[in-house]
Amino acid sequence: MRSLHEEGVDIVFGYPGGAALHIYDAIFNQQHIEHILVRHEQGAVHAADGYARSSGKPGVAIVTSGPGATNAITGLATAFMDSTPVVVISGQVKSNLIGTDSFQETDMIGISRPIVKHSFLVQRAEDIPSIIKKAFHIATTGRPGPVVIDVPKDLTDPEYKFDFDYPKGVDIRSYKPAKEGHSGQIKRAVKLLLEAKKPVIYSGGGVIQDNASSELTKLATLLDFPVTNTLMGLGAYPGTDQKFLGMLGMHGTYEANMAMHNCDLILAVGARFDDRITNNPDKFSLSAKKIHIDIDPASLSKIIDIDVPVVGSAKECLDQIIEELGVQSHKIDHDKLKPWHEEISAWKEAHGLNHKLLDQKPTGGKILPQQVIQSLYKETKGEAFITSDVGQHQMFAAQYYFFDKPRRWINSGGLGTMGFGLPAAMGVQFAFPESDVACVTGEGSIQMCIQELSTCLQYGLPIKIINLNNAALGMVKQWQDMNYGGRHSSSTYEDSLPDFVALAESYGHVGIKVKKHEDLESAMKECFALKDKLVFLDVDVDPNEHVYPMLEAGMSMEDMHLSKEIKTW
Amino acid sequence: MKRTVALLMENQPGALSRVVGLFSQRGYNIESLIVAATEDSSLSRLTMTTTGDQKVIEQITKQLNKLIDVVKVLDLGESDYVERELLLVKFLHESVNKEVIKELNGEIVFENNELLNIQFVGTSKELDQVLKDLESSNPLEIVRTGASGISSNLKTLTI
Repeated sequence: MRSLHEEGVDIVFGYPGGAALHIYDAIFNQQHIEHILVRHEQGAVHAADGYARSSGKPGVAIVTSGPGATNAITGLATAFMDSTPVVVISGQVKSNLIGTDSFQETDMIGISRPIVKHSFLVQRAEDIPSIIKKAFHIATTGRPGPVVIDVPKDLTDPEYKFDFDYPKGVDIRSYKPAKEGHSGQIKRAVKLLLEAKKPVIYSGGGVIQDNASSELTKLATLLDFPVTNTLMGLGAYPGTDQKFLGMLGMHGTYEANMAMHNCDLILAVGARFDDRITNNPDKFSLSAKKIHIDIDPASLSKIIDIDVPVVGSAKECLDQIIEELGVQSHKIDHDKLKPWHEEISAWKEAHGLNHKLLDQKPTGGKILPQQVIQSLYKETKGEAFITSDVGQHQMFAAQYYFFDKPRRWINSGGLGTMGFGLPAAMGVQFAFPESDVACVTGEGSIQMCIQELSTCLQYGLPIKIINLNNAALGMVKQWQDMNYGGRHSSSTYEDSLPDFVALAESYGHVGIKVKKHEDLESAMKECFALKDKLVFLDVDVDPNEHVYPMLEAGMSMEDMHLSKEIKTW
Repeated sequence: MKRTVALLMENQPGALSRVVGLFSQRGYNIESLIVAATEDSSLSRLTMTTTGDQKVIEQITKQLNKLIDVVKVLDLGESDYVERELLLVKFLHESVNKEVIKELNGEIVFENNELLNIQFVGTSKELDQVLKDLESSNPLEIVRTGASGISSNLKTLTI
């Protein structure tokens, strides 16, 4: 605990148990670090993750051995896939019991190995300070990621004393992440940027992680380039800006996907060309030159061959490019980009998302999920922190809520973890106690970590849960509609859903049910007016609504379903 | 395409499992693997042979480099290198002709009334051939170490 305090940690999320009892006694005996008792270890890691994503500081979770450790695994995998700095300290059985199948023993280092950036098994109590120092260094630098510290119970025994000395610096001979980009590569990149007639900036979570949003915005403004963000990258570039194309990829906007497919240059920053973006890599943006800036060399040319790879931090490399463009500013020619901007505007005009649905009375009678997001956006004026779970509601939130600032959109993009939204919102609310925090979820996802409603009561967290209730696993159902002849195999449960209002009330919170379009906005208002209360807003939405656009599997980025009837190919 | 990759890693518990785990996790093949501590006891040196095209090998070396316990990686196939492997074979006395062993550069390292242990050293390809030539002698047991390698230029895999 002293090491954590020295590291600047002021909050940890966790759940006690046998192997962690010495640590919990130390928590009891100190005042610097607040411990938040969750109701399930998965919630602890997601909360630490939400704290990290919103604040930029590392999140910390403490769990016990055995089931405590295995319950933390989904949280670790979530953090790993989205490269977030989370440190999980797991209790382990006593050193002499390791390997004997003792009570609550599990090989945490082994189980977590593929889903951590690194892990440590503590072998001597004296090593704890230096291991914690290294763990935070590894978790927060380079491409961030989760780190596990597994501590056998005997090594936290308060009877054992040693001279405490917290290291000031870290030197790991095998770990020296790059910062600056190679100057030759920067020059090559600038040359391509200046030549481009149809450019696109495609930025991802790396820009947010590296706090490089202002550099990205500056560069885009300087060059007058259109920008699209990945699901993880939303907020890195102002969502309301005219040059913003919206999200790209599987459920990206028509104009973003068309621009990616038809451009002559892609500047990718802190993004990784994953399968939800590229669709079929063999058909991906064939006419474009590609510049890729990434802190992780292994991300470069992994899926798509890159013309100018640049290894380095997003912030440093963007700064270097801006500086080089300053030298060559006479070569910047906004006029030559005009036809390209016009082409993009025409795409937007033709098939862009309709952001003015809110006032329209839905023809099917039921509220459209998109309208709920638009109402949420209107009520929060785009200023709230939005966490989400996984599914249709997540895509609607990403499409219809404009994020003007980074670290406001918190979701499980890589792993796609249902159950992430509520505990993540707890972490965000602890990081920003005065801000509005909303969890956009569905009746499927919310039930995966519903137990955290109890944690929210204990700590008085006034999170707003916006439940898009379509009484089905919507995204699964959508795929079944589109690819499996409408056979809804195990994706509906209409008759067995809880009364969410009563459920919220049973936890001491406020529940509000909305069924009619005309009640939506007033309910949303009421929800956010209750400043000190957690409100569970349960909105019945149209169960037949699909998320569009949607890329057609195996094809290029311009091959999209635009509605149930219209497709582009 | 077969490639030989050598690396230095921290001589610590768990380091080898991270390297091996990476291969299964990312769907790469390991054809052979050999590992031992180096003259600097804080480091182990590992040599592995794997298959894949240039892109796969590049990904493998990048992913290996990302592991915190891995200090340095060298794709030996990038330049000239020497590869050697050790083969031990057990024969019954009556089934083997010592002249043949001699011709194949085998060395008898153990012998009693009943049987012989013979050692061969060579490239993996050469040892494949040795085994083919020995087929008719009905070996009782065969064991290969897997290839180890060292570059034959001034580029060294050291820290």
